[in-house]
Amino acid sequence: MLSFFIRRFAQAALVIAVMVVLVFFGVNVVGDPIWMLISPEMDQEAIEKTAAALGLDKPIFEQFIHFVQGLFQGDLGRSFVHGEPAIQLILSRMGATMELAVVALLMAIVFGLPLGMYAGLYPDRRSSRMIMSGSILGFSLPTFWVGLMLIMLFAVMLGWLPASGRGQTVSIFGFETSLLTLNGWQHIALPAFNLALLKISLMIRLARAGTREAMLMDYVKFARAKGLKESTIIRVHVLKNIMIPIVTVLGLEFGSLVAFSVVTETIFSWPGMGKLLLEAIQRLDRPVIVAYVMVVVVLFVVINLIVDLLYSVLDPRVRITGAKA
Amino acid sequence: MSQSNPTVATPVEPALVKQETPWRQFVRTFLEDRVAVTGLMMLLLIIITAILAPWITPQNPYDLGTVDLMDSRIPPGEQTMEGYTAWLGTDGVGRDLYSAILYGLRISLMVGVVSGLIAASFGMCVGLIAAYAGGKVEALIMRIVDLQLSLPTILVALILVAALGKGVDKIIFALVVVQWAYYARTVRGTALVERNKEYVEAAQSLGLSKTRVIFRHILPNCLAPVIVVLTVQTAHAISLEATLSFLGVGLPQTEPSLGVLIANGFQYMMSGRYWISVFPGLALLFTIVSINLVGDRIRDVLNPRLEK
Repeated sequence: MLSFFIRRFAQAALVIAVMVVLVFFGVNVVGDPIWMLISPEMDQEAIEKTAAALGLDKPIFEQFIHFVQGLFQGDLGRSFVHGEPAIQLILSRMGATMELAVVALLMAIVFGLPLGMYAGLYPDRRSSRMIMSGSILGFSLPTFWVGLMLIMLFAVMLGWLPASGRGQTVSIFGFETSLLTLNGWQHIALPAFNLALLKISLMIRLARAGTREAMLMDYVKFARAKGLKESTIIRVHVLKNIMIPIVTVLGLEFGSLVAFSVVTETIFSWPGMGKLLLEAIQRLDRPVIVAYVMVVVVLFVVINLIVDLLYSVLDPRVRITGAKA
Repeated sequence: MSQSNPTVATPVEPALVKQETPWRQFVRTFLEDRVAVTGLMMLLLIIITAILAPWITPQNPYDLGTVDLMDSRIPPGEQTMEGYTAWLGTDGVGRDLYSAILYGLRISLMVGVVSGLIAASFGMCVGLIAAYAGGKVEALIMRIVDLQLSLPTILVALILVAALGKGVDKIIFALVVVQWAYYARTVRGTALVERNKEYVEAAQSLGLSKTRVIFRHILPNCLAPVIVVLTVQTAHAISLEATLSFLGVGLPQTEPSLGVLIANGFQYMMSGRYWISVFPGLALLFTIVSINLVGDRIRDVLNPRLEK
């Protein structure tokens, strides 16, 4: 058990190390950001001074060593554009992104689970077929185009919901959140739904497949034979059993929600870290790009690790095959 | 290939006759599904109009001589200054949207198909090598594949174009990088099964070279799942390219794919000029949905588990 944990931790650390090398050299090899940062009137001396101040005059390898040293101190460099530490910039925007991702995840469960279970319980009904066609559409539609259509329908034509921004936030335990005001909910509704759409489709499919499988199981037949009500069977026996794979997949999908929020945040001007990344890309603000990727990679690795470890606790078979591999 | 070796020639001949039947059977089963046939028709229509774009559009959107700024933002169905009717309206700089969409389709389809084919070839080679070599080589390759697949495509593509810059070649490169691992994994899985079959053993005992066994004997038998992945991934690549272009980090304005057209229209959407974004978006949507419908059906037909 312990050796499995250590092995998984070592793997996670290795993945992060590989990503540090790949991302740093990938982002820093191409283009010279100094040209984006200086004004045309600057003379050579001033340019060199700026470059030296940002550490851009040193050889790339030395920059890398410096970067790794900083990494262990939680310092990922300063943003060229904002002049603030990059990691601080990212973390200050992280709350907004997390809020969006969590609401999207909840939407996926609230809409996806009942629809999927319904389609699984009554696979031959016309309404079930419509739900399944809808989920195929949800997979096919590009996120950014759905976002545009949502803005056009609900913000421009109907005028029900605002098209951009985060709305009023309230500070609670040091976290800024917009989920405690009506204005905040109005602002988050469209972007969160936009982000959730793909996951709702995924959820419908998972729930449907799981329900269809569970309905054929002996424990459901036995529950029926005991004379339990159909609603009790669905709630207790089916729902509980299909939740295990669904929770796993949703946990893993949370990282992809954060990644896809780049698109949604840009369309709805949501002040999260995805929007920050896109601005950084357009301005070649390397420290912010690198810091963003590092934060997301760590997030991914941690989520994967938690899911793996939880599995090994719950299911001994994983532990045994994992130790062999 | 054409060495007159009778022991090889005899088993090859019945195999050739048999190859004809699965193909016909595939076509027949495919056509049984009405939705898939509709998808196929739609897809063919889209491809043909994209290819014929220069001959069936009133304007060449690249030719600045025929684009008149006076014609900008004309609603659908009205007459332009140039004399033709803009059935789908015009965009912010006076390009006829119908023409721009067909030319944009060309770029979008080209980027999707080319990146898909390159990624498929590269991924297949890597997957075959992994399956055939085994041991440490396989472990290393599959670790890289796992790493690649665990990262979300949109993020990898964004970082790549951030590092590389704009341009068709760079976008294709980025799309290949995010796609190859799917093919590698698929091919390795199939090749591992195929490797242990008798015909491979036969080829090996004939003393054929490793490369020949891999590419002439194992590879053709791994193609069915690759085709399925190829259709799904092409739709995905087109969607991803449009997303990147929409975000302003994909293709440049000089090469307006559907994503670029939609991005251009975004700023006019708030003022109610919906057509500049909506029509290119619908074209994109129909393309992706039709590819997915065809891909879904191909998967069902080729899936041996569903055969009765």
